[in-house]
Amino acid sequence: MAVLLRNLLRHSPEFRIGAVLIAVVLLLATLASVSPSPPEIVYVVPPDLPPSPTYWFGTTSRGQDVFWQLSFAIRNTLLFGCNVALTSRVIALTVGLISGYKGGWTDRALMSVNDTLIVIPLLPILVLFYFVMRDQISWLMLALIMACFGWAYDARLIRSVVMSLRAREFTQTCLFSGMSTRQILTEEHLPYVLPIVFSTTMNNMVWSIGLEVTLAVLGFTDIDRPTIGGMIYWANQHTAMVAGVWWWIAFPTLTVVVAFIGLFLLAVSANAYIDPRSRLWTTGGAS
Amino acid sequence: MSGYAAYVGRRLGQFLLVVFIGINVAYVITHASPIDPVEQSISAVSSYGNTAPGAIEQMRNSLRDLYGLSGTPSEQYLLFWKRILRADFGPSMSAFPTPVATLIGRALPWTVGLLSVSTIVAWGLGNLLGGLAGYYRQSRGLKLMGVIAMGLHPIPYYIVAMLLLIVFGFVWPVLPITGGSTMNLPQTWTPEFVLSVLQHAILPALSLILIGVGSWFLGMRALVSNVLAEEFVLYAELAGVKPWRILTLYVMRNAIVPQVTGLAMSLGGIFNGAVITEKVFGYPGLGSLLVDAVYAGDYGLVLGVTTISILGVSVGVLLIDLTYPLLDPRVKIS
Repeated sequence: MAVLLRNLLRHSPEFRIGAVLIAVVLLLATLASVSPSPPEIVYVVPPDLPPSPTYWFGTTSRGQDVFWQLSFAIRNTLLFGCNVALTSRVIALTVGLISGYKGGWTDRALMSVNDTLIVIPLLPILVLFYFVMRDQISWLMLALIMACFGWAYDARLIRSVVMSLRAREFTQTCLFSGMSTRQILTEEHLPYVLPIVFSTTMNNMVWSIGLEVTLAVLGFTDIDRPTIGGMIYWANQHTAMVAGVWWWIAFPTLTVVVAFIGLFLLAVSANAYIDPRSRLWTTGGAS
Repeated sequence: MSGYAAYVGRRLGQFLLVVFIGINVAYVITHASPIDPVEQSISAVSSYGNTAPGAIEQMRNSLRDLYGLSGTPSEQYLLFWKRILRADFGPSMSAFPTPVATLIGRALPWTVGLLSVSTIVAWGLGNLLGGLAGYYRQSRGLKLMGVIAMGLHPIPYYIVAMLLLIVFGFVWPVLPITGGSTMNLPQTWTPEFVLSVLQHAILPALSLILIGVGSWFLGMRALVSNVLAEEFVLYAELAGVKPWRILTLYVMRNAIVPQVTGLAMSLGGIFNGAVITEKVFGYPGLGSLLVDAVYAGDYGLVLGVTTISILGVSVGVLLIDLTYPLLDPRVKIS
């Protein structure tokens, strides 16, 4: 693992830039634990102040410090993304491994459902969900629903890898030495699949955070919980752009864009590293 | 030909499955949630003053009928399907008594127009530039384009749309930032109206294209550099085929096939983006209709738009799938 990270740092400029961007965002998110005031309280500082040495990113029209608000928001947003990514990884791995290994009718049935979930437009369904739940909606519920829809694309990817693994000799050896299907899948095939899972995790986070921001900006989530989208929602509610309180929108937008580009670059570099041809090309032959 | 028929049959089956699962998800969400939309509406209405108990009871019954919540669960389920197959979502609550179907019919052409044009432009442009970038690897301009595509691609639609809105609405106001056409203009096929529609579509379309181009560009570049390693390309080069001909007819012709599949797979996601773009630019399509319906608490309209979106996206995917054999003759043989 350490060797892998060192190689990536040394040979992949994408990984270097991505890691720095993500480190900055993570630092901001961890600062939330030393915030001087909880994020729900309004009018703790004078409202509408531009960025200054006292209030680095200015203050909002609701009398909150944008910097501390932002650190809570990015923490919650990242937590949301991780939550969706982890849950959907479990589903994607299960479906991908089983579908690829079993083949036949199991595979066909699972992939039909899989293709369906890829195609269905999710946003109207999430909006419908919000419409029914209204104030009862919680971020965990939303994360769960998104995870139920967000695994399909990656399950297909995992399935294709497992299909090629099944055709290799070591699978036959395992089978003849009496390993059960579960053992073969978890002990033999899973390690081959994990690198792909890592790179899809980043992409999945980008996807789910993007959707969450979108929903929150429209006010279709739990708006009392500070998230990036929630901050932009409140800024829009107070017509921040027209009132000239640009820092209320600019800093959340900037932070989420930095997070997105960082995650995306990490995914790209991980992808390049997985592909042996391009790995040889980037590392010049070293491991 | 029988191969093609089997292919079409399979695709039709998949289409029906998508619609079936999509509608069922909508049913489960609306009927199995612990929140009763009827009681919510009633408490919202009755909190504003004195309402006679009899009137509340009457309201409860008519709302139950309207939401399709009366009768046993199996009756409700059948009723749900019957309404959808007849495209009958009842009258809209927020634009009473206009039927939901009429409102959707009014909004649909805007969304279909915006979405189809911007998707085709983004797909075509991304593939063309991506193909060039994969073939001419040393070109500085194309490399720069790759970096820009990489930077733009992961940013969510909302942020890009908002940035465009700020730039062209506040910083440099040259383009109309809201609406589908100039107000007070009769919606007939006059040159004036068409021109104003095109002008209003520039910004929403631009935001969709800016986001869309990136992924097609990156995908095509990777595919082309894979195809370039194939032996038939080397053979063509040795045989003295002109580079442009190799790129278009040999390399890109082969690389375009997975990109068509990719287009069909990403249509749902592109539609999500259109919903947001429409809301940001106040474009009078399905997206604005959906969001406004939620704000207005219009149950029939929300359900109607959701169903129509699922149906519309699956039809789009089916159409792309049906043209696929034209590009990949292998489908006909197997």
